[in-house]
Amino acid sequence: MTSLLIIVIVALLGIAVWQLTKIFALTQSSSKDEAYRSEIATDKDNNINGYLMFGFLAFIYILTIVSVAKWGYMPFLSDAASEHGADVDNLMWISLSIIFLVQFITQFLLHYFAFKNRGHKDKKAVFFADNDRLEFIWTIIPVIVLSVLILYGLYAWNNIMHYDEDEEVLYVEVYAKQFGWDFRYAGDDNTLGKANVRFIDGVNVVGADMSDPNSQDDRLAKELHLPVGKKVVFKLRSQDVLHSAYFPHFRAQMNCVPGMVTQFAMTPTVTTEEMRERESVVDRVNKINQARMKRSADLVAKGEQGLESYTFDYVLLCNKICGRSHYNMQAKVVVESPEAFKKWYNALPTLGQQVAEEKAAANPAPASPEPVQNNVEEVEIVVDSTAVAAQIAN
Amino acid sequence: MSAVGHELTHDHDHAHGHHHKETFITKYIFSMDHKMIAKQFLITGIVMGIIGVVMSLLFRMQIAWPEESFKVFSWLLGDDFAPGGVMRNDIYLALVTIHGTIMVFFVLTAGLSGTFSNLLIPLQIGARDMASGFMNMLSYWIFLIACLIMIASLFVESGPASAGWTIYPPLSAVEQAIPGSGTGMTLWLVSMALYIALSLMGSLNYIVTVLNLRTKGMTMTRMPLTIWALFVTAIIGVVSFPVLLSAALLLIFDRSFGTSFFLSDIYLAGEVLHYQGGSPVLFEHLFWFLGHPEVYIVILPAMGITSEVLSANARKPIFGYRAMITSILAIAFLSTIVWGHHMFVSGMNPFLGSVFTFTTLLIAIPSAVKAFNYITTIWKGNLQMNPSMLFSIGFVSTFITGGLTGIILGDSTLDINVHDTYFVVAHFHLVMGISALYGMFAGIYHWFPKMYGRMMNKNLGYIHFWVTAVCAYGVFFPMHFIGLAGLPRRYYTNSAFPMFDDMVDVNILITVFALVGAAFQLVFFWNFFYSIFYGKKASQNPWRATTLEWTTPVEHIHGNWPGAIPEVHRWPYDYSKPGYEEDFVPQTVPLRDGEKDGGSH
Repeated sequence: MTSLLIIVIVALLGIAVWQLTKIFALTQSSSKDEAYRSEIATDKDNNINGYLMFGFLAFIYILTIVSVAKWGYMPFLSDAASEHGADVDNLMWISLSIIFLVQFITQFLLHYFAFKNRGHKDKKAVFFADNDRLEFIWTIIPVIVLSVLILYGLYAWNNIMHYDEDEEVLYVEVYAKQFGWDFRYAGDDNTLGKANVRFIDGVNVVGADMSDPNSQDDRLAKELHLPVGKKVVFKLRSQDVLHSAYFPHFRAQMNCVPGMVTQFAMTPTVTTEEMRERESVVDRVNKINQARMKRSADLVAKGEQGLESYTFDYVLLCNKICGRSHYNMQAKVVVESPEAFKKWYNALPTLGQQVAEEKAAANPAPASPEPVQNNVEEVEIVVDSTAVAAQIAN
Repeated sequence: MSAVGHELTHDHDHAHGHHHKETFITKYIFSMDHKMIAKQFLITGIVMGIIGVVMSLLFRMQIAWPEESFKVFSWLLGDDFAPGGVMRNDIYLALVTIHGTIMVFFVLTAGLSGTFSNLLIPLQIGARDMASGFMNMLSYWIFLIACLIMIASLFVESGPASAGWTIYPPLSAVEQAIPGSGTGMTLWLVSMALYIALSLMGSLNYIVTVLNLRTKGMTMTRMPLTIWALFVTAIIGVVSFPVLLSAALLLIFDRSFGTSFFLSDIYLAGEVLHYQGGSPVLFEHLFWFLGHPEVYIVILPAMGITSEVLSANARKPIFGYRAMITSILAIAFLSTIVWGHHMFVSGMNPFLGSVFTFTTLLIAIPSAVKAFNYITTIWKGNLQMNPSMLFSIGFVSTFITGGLTGIILGDSTLDINVHDTYFVVAHFHLVMGISALYGMFAGIYHWFPKMYGRMMNKNLGYIHFWVTAVCAYGVFFPMHFIGLAGLPRRYYTNSAFPMFDDMVDVNILITVFALVGAAFQLVFFWNFFYSIFYGKKASQNPWRATTLEWTTPVEHIHGNWPGAIPEVHRWPYDYSKPGYEEDFVPQTVPLRDGEKDGGSH
């Protein structure tokens, strides 16, 4: 009904404008041959539109200022939760400042000139067709500014994409599928076992090759926990279609490609607890909860269940169109102290255990006399890049 | 080359001294006249544009008021795609897919480039018609067939293609991944294959015509910038569209003939699929090798039109004619080596990320030069604020706004956090959906008298421009903020993540601006279609412009000029030239003794 009403109103408005235009045209006296002139801009039109152009400049400025005032808090630019995130945010601030400045100046010149030079029958334009010096100036300035941005950007990119082979890192596999995430920790040997979708079976949802000894101590999880201050190298895989692991708080994103292992390294620097206490985050959470309360009230009024209030958590989202539930493919990410991480990690069963248990449950007959070897001793974490490299080749 | 052209035009001269009998069919339907074909492309493009806009309103409503029931959803989408009036989640993806495909290819390429190349190339270079009228006619009819097949895909039971307009495999290759990847995707591929064929036909025609059929005196550096832009656009098309065709063909093989060009190690619907050894990243490379030049194919004609309209309405030469040509060539060349900036986080070798950041930021330079030249063109002009002029000024404004955010996206480091978010959506809509569209509107308003021999209503044009301008910024400016805040694109609803809950108001505001803006396009449609039949009869040169198309009679004739084709003696930008009483000197007026041609005086 509302749509019909809207269509009718628009149609009536259209007819009104049309009729008014026709009436106005009738008031113009002109012979039929010269009638076309009434559709060409007159000095009066030039004047009105000239002023409107200047007014539009005010609109652009006001829109910019109001938008920044209202929504400027949203991009959590000051709250990067990773080491490289600080570099990214720095570069972003510099780039945004430059483009805001250019925008301010060029929009001013364009709209001011449009106003100042609005046409008049007594005016004559200046025959100013080229000027090589001007062209040179406004070519060389962008070249210099962009070169600076490029160099800074490339330097940051190199730091992000290449990590020191000698550094101690934590390997975690991020496994994407329609429509959820699984995480596989590399285990006490810090080496992820080889994997392929052909090995998917029961509890082994990521298809780890159990004949590879490195797989035995890998641990699966549905939440991603990370120790603060330690570099983690994500090894990303996909089970079916393209997905993208997007960790906006950490300024991290990498596609998950079926048939390929991609990687992204980062060092989380702020624990979930710390982040929850930051003033900007507290403000943000309040704003979010205000909106949630409103929405909750509407739902309850409709007889549906209300919404819980929101506490801040890091999150992993899917950011590459992957199917029907692309919009709801999420996992919780927790950054905690190394001690808390160790506690959580040690509570995870190893894949070796889980697979064996599953086999035992499936075959209750006494076919397996020995209990599974539970390797609980502390093993030195060894970074074995050859095994990892072999996995890339897989 | 001009000698050959001269002979060809000489032959045509006596062929068109008389009229040949035309039927309704040869005049309006299977016409080989470039002017009629231009109008056919335009009208078809406008109709496809209406469909594309309606789709965008549907999915914007879904985003603003998620999972709500709307009568219009039931009415337009039916009970299968919108049970109980609530849009199905994969149909949302289908809508954004077909919206993107229609807008980029069918409206902004065929409707912009197809229309104005056909209309202007022969007229502005002084030719009787295109080099091949028959191929030209074919290109339109295949376009119509491609449109119909794309529209037909909307009525398929399993739904139209739903993998995004970028149709990355495996999502687009495997039917079990999303329903639209069944028959809907097949029809999409057929439509696009035909589209690519017709596009090549058109491009080759335009290139040959520009090179061979210029009239006497029309050297390359006396051609209007519109022709330079359309000519270079055609060259880019010839270089890049075949690569998309190859990607489409390989995808067809993967879908229907068991190959694994793009697919490997897939476990779907409970089983391991047979594909081995392929890579989706290969598809991305092939797709974007066209995809990036495609956006320059969209914007260059709009830039050419803007040069013409700004200059004619400012009564001033376009500033920096040669620099503008150089910029067009630089943009064309660079556009072929930047495609990887769409793939920074695709998993490709990070070294490539560095290379593409470098080339992408380079392409900002000729674009900036053009923007500065446009601003200088209106400085100290005598601006005639016709609707076409308003849209051209709007083109420069939105091109700057949209282009500047490209600097952020082109930087691989910054792209990590904004890739596939609404920041990208805001960027490309400002440059393509608004800027290029303004160029198209400017062209329509400016050349309407040439196409239809009548004038459009200027007051309706003013209303159209000002409301559109406000709504356009109202829709896309706020979008940057939610994008920077991490809101991904192609999400059926944003309500699954509490961290986006405070963005609901922004999305509602965007949708409201979109609804109002779309509604006011009705003013344009009314003006356009009414004026075709009842607009005031135009004079031969209502805008007092210098270019050749305004020397043809108002009534269309085959061969454009009765009698001989005029000879050209000067460049097309002698507006307000000192020493002349009129504020414009048509290209056909011979130079006086001692007068120099070009920008010097």
